[in-house]
Amino acid sequence: MKNMITHYGYTDGSGEYYIVIDTDRCNGCGKCVKECPQSALQLETMFIDLEDKTVASVSEEHRKKIKYTCSSCKPERNSAPCVLACEGKAIRCVWNSR
Amino acid sequence: MKEPSNLKEDVEYWRWHEYHRVVEGKKWTSKDIITAGVDVGSVGSKAAIMINGEAYSWGITRTGSNSPESAKKALDFALEGTGLKVSDLKYIVGTGYGRVNVPMANKAITEIACHAKGANYIWGPSVRTVLDVGGQDIKAIRADETGRVVSFLMNDKCAAGTGRGMEVFADLLKIPIEEIGDISLKIEEEPPPVSCTCVAFAKTEAMGLLRKGWSKEKVLAAYTRAMAVRMANLINRVGLEKELVVTGGQSKNIGIVSRIEVILGVKTLPMPKWRESGLDPMVAGALGAALFAKALYEKDQKS
Repeated sequence: MKNMITHYGYTDGSGEYYIVIDTDRCNGCGKCVKECPQSALQLETMFIDLEDKTVASVSEEHRKKIKYTCSSCKPERNSAPCVLACEGKAIRCVWNSR
Repeated sequence: MKEPSNLKEDVEYWRWHEYHRVVEGKKWTSKDIITAGVDVGSVGSKAAIMINGEAYSWGITRTGSNSPESAKKALDFALEGTGLKVSDLKYIVGTGYGRVNVPMANKAITEIACHAKGANYIWGPSVRTVLDVGGQDIKAIRADETGRVVSFLMNDKCAAGTGRGMEVFADLLKIPIEEIGDISLKIEEEPPPVSCTCVAFAKTEAMGLLRKGWSKEKVLAAYTRAMAVRMANLINRVGLEKELVVTGGQSKNIGIVSRIEVILGVKTLPMPKWRESGLDPMVAGALGAALFAKALYEKDQKS
């Protein structure tokens, strides 16, 4: 069975900006939530395989402006605090400005 | 199919078809597992009733300013003519944008899971990519043969390229919303897309094009094209895998669907004949919710 991957962000005229979370690798420990300097991450209950699972997600407020929210962490290097905090390597950034 | 009388003097071009249907030839007994899914979206509220996991009836109505009332309205609409009462429903799942405000629901589930499940029910196990174009957001979902989500992307940056944006354009161009897809294809040559899908900017741009002498059809084609490009980008992000289907209100917009097919170079699975007796892709989320309701009810019975 394939892991369920969630993408938060958008593509616009200036490039593509996504925080990508593997919900099967995520154990809901919340370390990334604590490490995020912008408080952009949250723990959310998702319904996966008939079970409720607590996983990290980008908060609704920040999904719409993620390019600006995350820019100070240099997401293009994929070494943002959230990425490094995750022991299960569940988080990655897809960051390509045109 | 019952239609509300719509004989208003002021034509509301954005107004789409609210209706309910009971599948012919199906009967229920108190022994059946009767479940419901209520999908309260930002623009439309949908409810579906299932008997033992098979579609029995549904209702589609416009979402009002109050989510609990919209949920009740949609569910009552789906129950109409079935002889069923809310108390006959063994389990109700709420989903959609207003899911936490579905008072009669036993559980709320994110619409991503429900849309994938519902698309799997409507079109069968060959569905791998689902594009749901809702009133205020677009979701690209990848699913496996059981309808389980393997990847998703939700684009809710603004109302750009969504059902609500189309309603605004219907009003601006004075074209009934249900004809907008066909009319956007009545052009000799596809014009370049408008440069911005943001509803507010696109509206200004469209008015400029009309003043320049562009026909309504051409302006609509340019806007529809821009929306389709945006949607195709989302699908590419999650990874396009055949078969592709479109759910949500815009699945009925042939202008959008046919342009996505051209851009991506794949055909979508045929649209069910929802006007006759087929399932309606706008109810995919509610159908998926009703299926989860059945599974959750059975799980509760076992434990």
